[in-house]
Amino acid sequence: MAAKDDLIKRFKAAKFLLLGGSAGSFKLLFRMVKMFPHDFKKTVIIVIHRKKNFFSEIEKLFAENSRMLIREISDKDPIDSNAIYIAPANYHTLVEKGGYFSLDVSESVWYSKPSIDVTFESVADSYGKDCAAILFSGANQDGANGLLKLRQSGALTIAQNPEDAEMSEMPGAAIGIDAAEYILHTTEIFELLQNST
Amino acid sequence: MREITGKEINITSAQLTELIDLVRKIHGFDFSDYTKASFKRRLARIMMLKKLEFYDLKHILVNDPAFFQEFLEEITVNVTEMFRDPAFYRALRDQVVPYLSTYQHAKIWCAGCSSGEEVYSVAILLKEENLAKKSFIYGTDINTGVLKEARKGIYSLRKIKSYAENYMLTGLPGSITDHFTIMYDAAAVHSELKQNTLFSVHNLISDTVFNEFQMISCRNVFIYFETELQERILDLFYNSLCPLGYLCLGNKETIRSDNFRKKFKVINQKENIYQKIGS
Repeated sequence: MAAKDDLIKRFKAAKFLLLGGSAGSFKLLFRMVKMFPHDFKKTVIIVIHRKKNFFSEIEKLFAENSRMLIREISDKDPIDSNAIYIAPANYHTLVEKGGYFSLDVSESVWYSKPSIDVTFESVADSYGKDCAAILFSGANQDGANGLLKLRQSGALTIAQNPEDAEMSEMPGAAIGIDAAEYILHTTEIFELLQNST
Repeated sequence: MREITGKEINITSAQLTELIDLVRKIHGFDFSDYTKASFKRRLARIMMLKKLEFYDLKHILVNDPAFFQEFLEEITVNVTEMFRDPAFYRALRDQVVPYLSTYQHAKIWCAGCSSGEEVYSVAILLKEENLAKKSFIYGTDINTGVLKEARKGIYSLRKIKSYAENYMLTGLPGSITDHFTIMYDAAAVHSELKQNTLFSVHNLISDTVFNEFQMISCRNVFIYFETELQERILDLFYNSLCPLGYLCLGNKETIRSDNFRKKFKVINQKENIYQKIGS
């Protein structure tokens, strides 16, 4: 139980909650967003792979179903402590030490833009020890290196148990390089959220 | 030398400052107002591509004059597309073209044009709107290498195919290949589209006003700069626009400075198209 207490304590203490997902993660992220209370005192940053020119209704859908403020990130947007930020399609989202976002259109990483690695690594660089991060289902290896950097910089890092993931490769890659401090079943992830809000 | 992979590269803030100082002193290029997170990523990318440790990178920057050009090309992001963000081009057609058509000669500046895709996209749009003959587009970049590509106007067929969807979504008639001559695996932009374009070197950080424009497009450039530098460049753009001229930044970049918010009217909130007011 000690491990579980530690998990809850650190999850509660985190100022940033980073959620990364690709194929097979949307429903879970949507469920999470619905659960966040309006006074969830965290900056939630969601990086989900999506195609360019795919005028996704993600923000709209999330906004209609969330008690928190939802924002699609624009360049140099300040980072608020009680909001959900969604990485825009076709850009990488970076976090700057001064407390704002910056965007980047450079090469795709793992064929992905936004790339989870890019955002996770830049948060690790600036705010690592204040973070909790969860890597969900996906069909490539994006996010593993980023999660490792977060872990190395003191963040609480969690991978969805690959057995539960629709696409196991992404959390599997993170586990393979020992980037995840905790490997949790989907039910445990939602329990954690329930116990921490 | 040891193999360097992306995972291992960790550049500290102190190293970043050290390198920026070094480049400024030796090469006269000032990167100090570039956004730190993306600049760090570019440095890490160069170190990985060239298999260099941080110390080696400094050494080669000081001792190999030819390397700097390569360094500059890698530091400045040159990822671009034709008709990137099709909604932007629809907004240009609906909200800016009518204004441009009131001029006998309209001058347009694409700042930070990289390999020219955006310049030719605007040229195609103007041609379809029957404005090609009375408009002139200047494409500028700090990078001589990409400008060479831009002047050629030859792109791989694979790239052109990937732009086809963008083109379709702009609502322009026909297909993107109507504007190119296909030669085996490459596509050359029609020479009539090149006639009214000029590509030249211009450094937004250190160079000044060089002409007066009815429209300036500068997309995915501001994202690499801190807000103070953005403001300095906004001043340059403001002074380069004719009264009521249009500044087009694209959908993720906004004018944040209160000072400049007063000097520009928002024409399209989503695509961040502004019109110069006052004088």
